[in-house]
Amino acid sequence: MAELTYRDAVARAIAQEMERDPDVVLLGEDVAKAGGVFKATVGLYEKFGPKRVRDTPISEQAFMGAAMGAAMTGLKPVVDLMFADFAAVCWDFFANEFPKSRYMTNGQVKVPLVIRLANGSARFGAQHCQSVENWCMMIPGLKVVVPSSPVDVVGLLAASIRDPDPVIFLEHKSLYAVKGEVPDGEIVDTLGTAKILRPGKDATILALALMVPRALAAAERLKAESGIDCEVIDVRSLLPLDTRTILESLSRTGHLFTVEENPRLCGWGAEVVSIVADEAFYDLDGPPVRITTPHIPLPPAELEDLLIPSVDRIVETVRRTLTA
Amino acid sequence: MDILMPQLGETVAEGTLSVWAKSVGDMVQPGDVLFEIETDKTSMEITATVAGKLVAIHVEKGKTVPVGTVVAVVAQDGETVSTTPPPAAPAPVAAPAVAPAPAPVAPPVARNPLNPVVTPAKNYGPARLSDGTNVSPLARRLASQGQVNLQQIKGTGPRGQILARDVEAAIAAGGSGQRTMAAGASAQSIIAQYANTPHEVVAVDTMRKTIARRLLESKQTVPHFYLSVPVLLDALNALRADANQAAVASGSDLKLSVTDFIIKALATAMARVPEANAVWAEDRILRFSQADIGVAVAIEGGLITPVLRNVDAKSLSAVSREMKSVVARARARKLQPAEYSGGSIAISNLGMYGVHEFSAIINPPQSAILAVGGASRVPVEAADGSVRFASQMMVTLSCDHRVIDGAVGAQLLSALKTAIENPVSLLI
Repeated sequence: MAELTYRDAVARAIAQEMERDPDVVLLGEDVAKAGGVFKATVGLYEKFGPKRVRDTPISEQAFMGAAMGAAMTGLKPVVDLMFADFAAVCWDFFANEFPKSRYMTNGQVKVPLVIRLANGSARFGAQHCQSVENWCMMIPGLKVVVPSSPVDVVGLLAASIRDPDPVIFLEHKSLYAVKGEVPDGEIVDTLGTAKILRPGKDATILALALMVPRALAAAERLKAESGIDCEVIDVRSLLPLDTRTILESLSRTGHLFTVEENPRLCGWGAEVVSIVADEAFYDLDGPPVRITTPHIPLPPAELEDLLIPSVDRIVETVRRTLTA
Repeated sequence: MDILMPQLGETVAEGTLSVWAKSVGDMVQPGDVLFEIETDKTSMEITATVAGKLVAIHVEKGKTVPVGTVVAVVAQDGETVSTTPPPAAPAPVAAPAVAPAPAPVAPPVARNPLNPVVTPAKNYGPARLSDGTNVSPLARRLASQGQVNLQQIKGTGPRGQILARDVEAAIAAGGSGQRTMAAGASAQSIIAQYANTPHEVVAVDTMRKTIARRLLESKQTVPHFYLSVPVLLDALNALRADANQAAVASGSDLKLSVTDFIIKALATAMARVPEANAVWAEDRILRFSQADIGVAVAIEGGLITPVLRNVDAKSLSAVSREMKSVVARARARKLQPAEYSGGSIAISNLGMYGVHEFSAIINPPQSAILAVGGASRVPVEAADGSVRFASQMMVTLSCDHRVIDGAVGAQLLSALKTAIENPVSLLI
């Protein structure tokens, strides 16, 4: 057992998979000697050398194309895109090339790559702090993984690298420094499994990434201040989505809240609520409520904090909904 | 293939299996009658849609089960099927007090890849009760499964909403089962009062239950008021005699009844006063452009009110023929549920029994009912001041005040009186 930061966990997972499989390679801007802009790939260049750990020019489309070609011809690239907002620069690859090639060639061409994105709020402004998990979720053919803890980073990133299809792996910038216990030895998790982090009987709260610790803190306050016992579920993976765990929890609590960092319109929670309306309407003992960032560009610096769902906002919303 | 208790009409929740036409082991072909069911107002034959062997019967003759219940299983060629009866609806599971055990995993359901979600087939009733109280979806489901009358429950949720905990508390307090209004005496106390009086016990069939439930609900929840008006019948009687004579002369079997004329006259009046051709739908009023008229038909063991559609657009002879058809089928209990649902105003005619006048209970969701009394000879003052005798009947309109105000109801009756007293207009 070791205590690792979330960023150490990224390097640990990539190292684990590079050691296991010589086809796994890493590329991206400053991932090699610099150890990554967010220092999430420190030590990999030293360990695996320049052939397998490559710096790229500042041209997202160029290195997405290079990674796709490598994936199509047998390698398993892990690509560091840096800020998740830059996914928009690579949209043809995200929407048309990665996810459709296997389908359109009847399985003859596979694209087994992982694109790592540094997602979410960190006071870097409107073009560098967006939460783009909902952008990725809407594309058929992609898998979308969003871990919240170091141990999940290791297990889910390993599972993503081993997956035969393109996986968008969204790391949260504001979680990179968070520490957590990670068992020794090989760790491989399962994509499409949510985790119940805190059992509760009064309401189900779904969260992803940075919203997970906030939902947990809110649940503790709700219990202490109002006696409201919330079940907190880390959704972990939007595609595949673990609807069984979510709906089973809802069938016990009767109330559903989603805590989403993505902007409100077409956020991932909207899809979950839609599924609930279809499949579990008569398990609802009150309206499903989404707690989200509003649908506006993020403001600079500390102003950002006002928009991202906070512990206070989660507590207030849940309490108002359940006791008003 | 599972054979289910079918949904027969929007408001039908359960059916009684009255006759089995096949036995376990029989081979069936599409179109073969499998069984007959009796719903609140009709009986119907259910036929097979596939060929195969009837391998299991889960609902015996005489049993009443909810719509959607698996009644039987037919194994198609090459199909292996389970013949064990499906489990009853699971009881609501109490929330565990501690960490949840691994999720109770439902058996995988075959899914349609083009529509990966499955919308629940069953509807547990409206979100809003007639008094405006909101009921959460879970509370509705629990109330339905626990047979709790939501009207009896006080909600403790936001703005008085009834939540699951309120229903659970009602069930825990022994509140399950249909309860009548507070003043109702218990069956035991009624039976006790008549213990020493010789009597026969008549079983309450589904039709009687439906009549009891719907008319009680109507009297308790629909604000009735009543308007009566005398209508002169001499002109109608003369025209009717002429028309029926002409029919005989031309070899037709048409025989117009007074009721046929009144149905047609009511349709004419509804066209003249469209405000009255409407029903109350809790948060809105539905107003119609065609006259759909229910006609109460007494049948053995009760009554049924088939609805004649679009009467204003039909000729008197067409109305007459349709009436004969529905009355015959109503008496044979062969009406389809769609034939006795809907409609906005009904007619009940007890004139043939010598009833002078009466007031009827509205058949919800209709908004009015016209009670027609018998004709009698009465002295009337003619235009020149002389007195003569004329045929006259009393009609009484019961109105739902939520939809029909006094003046509107009066206008409808006035238009009806005009139409009957000038019956030639009904032929045009």
